[in-house]
Amino acid sequence: MLKKVRRRYLALKIDSEETFGSRDFMGAVWDAVSRLYGEYGASQTGLALIDYDAEKKFAIIRTVHTTVDKVRAALASITRIGDKPVAIHVLKISGTIKALHKKIKQ
Amino acid sequence: MKRNYADLHLRPDLRNSELVIRMIKKASELGYCLIAIPFPQNFPEERIRKLQNICREYKTDFVSRVDLKPQTSNELIRSLRKLRRRFEIIAVICESKHVARQAAKDRRVDLLNFSFYSPRKRFFDKAEAELASNALASLEIDVKPLLTLQGPTKTRLLSSLRREVAIAEAFHIPIVISSGAPNELLMRKPRETAALASLFDLEKVSAMKAISENSMAIVKRNKEKLSPNFVAPGIRLIRGGEDC
Repeated sequence: MLKKVRRRYLALKIDSEETFGSRDFMGAVWDAVSRLYGEYGASQTGLALIDYDAEKKFAIIRTVHTTVDKVRAALASITRIGDKPVAIHVLKISGTIKALHKKIKQ
Repeated sequence: MKRNYADLHLRPDLRNSELVIRMIKKASELGYCLIAIPFPQNFPEERIRKLQNICREYKTDFVSRVDLKPQTSNELIRSLRKLRRRFEIIAVICESKHVARQAAKDRRVDLLNFSFYSPRKRFFDKAEAELASNALASLEIDVKPLLTLQGPTKTRLLSSLRREVAIAEAFHIPIVISSGAPNELLMRKPRETAALASLFDLEKVSAMKAISENSMAIVKRNKEKLSPNFVAPGIRLIRGGEDC
């Protein structure tokens, strides 16, 4: 029987003086995951961009619950987007977008 | 119970006081309640006090640290004799095997740190671990090279770290994970640091210990030793005066 996929939503803060487009941002995330875990590992993460606000430097991404720590490590390993220095911090993690927004507001 | 996290190796350029303050602020925002900055051996006491006060403003504890880089074991012994009572944390960056062995067996050394550029200069093997297990030294791993190195150099470093972590765990040597960050963009949250530790097969529980309990234990032990009431391990002055 197919196992139900349990998802996790990660609220992220992009720490940089520059602003980036969502494509650049997701490109950097995919790059970091592939660099650390290879294409096979990256394919297991089920990464997707849910929300992105370039002005507020805030993003929400989705992953599978079994790969949360891998994604967290990959996000921590990002030091640049393009040639601009950056750090990405995980603010909150939740199982639903609704709960995630609640947690952020708290 | 909420954990207290510590970053024992922030490395800002001390000439840039704005950067130092920014990094202290960032450490507090990221959830660290204790930080250490390495100082040059002759750094003025009043500037250390000033930094302590700044940290207090940001509700973070601050401890002074010195990084020794001796060329010979005699030089290490001399430096330890001179500096042990001045700094709360003493780390030795071991660049030769003799120094590494002396540092591992000396009870005045808190942290053993190794070069991350050359795997040949990482002297943390079983013999080193055995010496360290009879003393008090912990193995310090900086996260910064994991963020800045790329390609084969990073792969080799990860491989060395994996072996060293396995040896340290086998010999019950405490591991301390620090950022080693020279600026605020290379600082990471405690959980992110723990996630990065999974790259060298350090389990999550051990990684969390490496950024909280293990670091805190070193600071607690040394603060007690440096207090004027300390006499010897297990003996301290409780009350003084004529009626004692």
